[in-house]
Amino acid sequence: MPAADLLTRPSTAVETPVAPRREKAWRRRLRRDWPLLAMVAPAIVLYLVFHYVPLLGNVIAFQNYSPYTGILASPFTGLYNFERIFTDPGFWQAALNTVTITLFQLVFYFPIPIMLALLLNSLLSARLRMFVQSVVYLPHFFSWVLVITLFQQMFGGTGAINTFLREHGAQTVDIMNNPDLFLGLVTLQSVWKDAGWGTIIFLAALSTVDTSLYEAAAVDGAGRWRRLWHVTLPALVPVIVLLLIMRLGDALSVGFEQFLLQRDAVGANTAEVLDTYVYFTGVVNNDWSYAAAAGLVKGVVGLLLVLGANKLAHVFGQQGVYQK
Amino acid sequence: MTVVAVRRRPLWDEEPTLFGRAAKGVVVAVVVLAVLFPLYVVILTSVSPQAAITKAGGLVMVPDGFSLAAYAELLSGGVVSRAVLVSTGIAVFGTLFSTVLTLLAAYGLSRPRSFAHRPLLFVVLLTFLFGPGMIPTYLLVSSLGLIDTYAALVLPGAVAAFNLVVLRSFFMNIPQDLVDSARIDGASEFGILTRIVLPLSKAVTAVIALFYAVGYWNAFFNAFLYLNTPDKWPIQLVLRQYVLQGQPIPGTGGESVIEGAAPLPTLAVKMAVVVIAVVPVLFVYPFVQKHFTKGVILGAIKG
Repeated sequence: MPAADLLTRPSTAVETPVAPRREKAWRRRLRRDWPLLAMVAPAIVLYLVFHYVPLLGNVIAFQNYSPYTGILASPFTGLYNFERIFTDPGFWQAALNTVTITLFQLVFYFPIPIMLALLLNSLLSARLRMFVQSVVYLPHFFSWVLVITLFQQMFGGTGAINTFLREHGAQTVDIMNNPDLFLGLVTLQSVWKDAGWGTIIFLAALSTVDTSLYEAAAVDGAGRWRRLWHVTLPALVPVIVLLLIMRLGDALSVGFEQFLLQRDAVGANTAEVLDTYVYFTGVVNNDWSYAAAAGLVKGVVGLLLVLGANKLAHVFGQQGVYQK
Repeated sequence: MTVVAVRRRPLWDEEPTLFGRAAKGVVVAVVVLAVLFPLYVVILTSVSPQAAITKAGGLVMVPDGFSLAAYAELLSGGVVSRAVLVSTGIAVFGTLFSTVLTLLAAYGLSRPRSFAHRPLLFVVLLTFLFGPGMIPTYLLVSSLGLIDTYAALVLPGAVAAFNLVVLRSFFMNIPQDLVDSARIDGASEFGILTRIVLPLSKAVTAVIALFYAVGYWNAFFNAFLYLNTPDKWPIQLVLRQYVLQGQPIPGTGGESVIEGAAPLPTLAVKMAVVVIAVVPVLFVYPFVQKHFTKGVILGAIKG
């Protein structure tokens, strides 16, 4: 959601008449608008308490915080916690795992919603199309616990596949507990859960393609695949670029629950990502300041990536105008 | 029922080859089955008698007898019954709380040029950019004395900024004349919201409420982080403990692996827990789904 757009949105309201003196207008607007302010107040209070106060609470990353002495009395230690991060193999393993998962999913998850959207778009029967859409959107509304439980029942040691193999006297395969297959497994889970939902934005882009372009291409002798390549895909490029950039900006977040829930099965070496690392060092081992520092590093690098990605989006945005 | 028209193939489009048609059919079937097959197997196993499960050597794939014993066992009191009550309570109260607060805030910020709406909107939008982090949030919730309370499951994420922004932009597209004439007639702001704006925004409000409800029902993270007492657990934590990790469910029968130890839940009981966790979502889904076709969500996402 581009924040700047929302702030500068042109309003259609009647302009308030400009008062001769600024201060008077200010008071009049307050008297007129206080019911609106009262309506916004509860939400703003919640944001301040549960978002902005903890945001300031990140100051413990620069302290040797202990819950018993409290945030005000805990001694400041400068950049000590950050120095520890740079020499901590556990942190770097988690960072490496996170980036590996992001890159792997970029290659093996990202194209799937596009292909699925093209498939859905090519279905001529609206009834069939609606049915398939209803089915593939559904897993998006399942919790991660449920998704992983279903995967366990399909791929686990006593799951459907291994039961089938055992019944037919074949060798069973251990998929859920195998660290070597973990990358593929979590990607498959993400595909199962969210690839269908991910088609929505591509289907919207596909529905805006001018059909006369297809007709013109066909008249010029372009076959099915040439039309896909020269008409359909160019229409999707702006969306693809935007989503790609947003995903890159979010590169350090791969989700917490999916990895926490499977950490025991494959071991911390494979399944530890930055979010679970922060959880285990902080909430489990009570190394609060260090965990906060690790979380802060992740947050700041993530913010820089988002801002960088936004810049990139603007660069590509110029091309996007050309697409129209 | 709506009349669904079959789109005619345009004249310029060549007939697909037989192979092309077949390949497409196979892919569509595989995609649909990949989603529905696990659900089918889990639901079928949960209503199968123990004999059928033993015969199948695990999950039941072909119907073979019918038994609601697993559900009777789970829902006659005990851990799972309590978790269902807890999750239902959180979903109902949380959804009400979140929806009302989101509506009020979205309306309060929807009037162009109202007092201080820019800085307030900025407070909302800035939350998109930078999260406070897990550790400081945990310490705050803990210092507010909310550990092990249900308030910790609702308050920290009560108002989703995304929903607020979506609703606000929807409200801003309501013709201003309607609102102005109501004000001239002497309606209060609250009256304008409930009598004019809300009736015009039923669909989008319903979708947002349903999204909140599904979110609260599925919520795992906050409960995992803040609830220490297993008695207070919602269904998702119970699902993890007793099905994913296969711990014995207190107060249920089943075969004991080790003499004297608590019996492990039977497969039918485990699958019944899964079904109980998914049924509310399956029940709500058609109502959410109905609005996809109306373009409510898509229009909202495009903002």
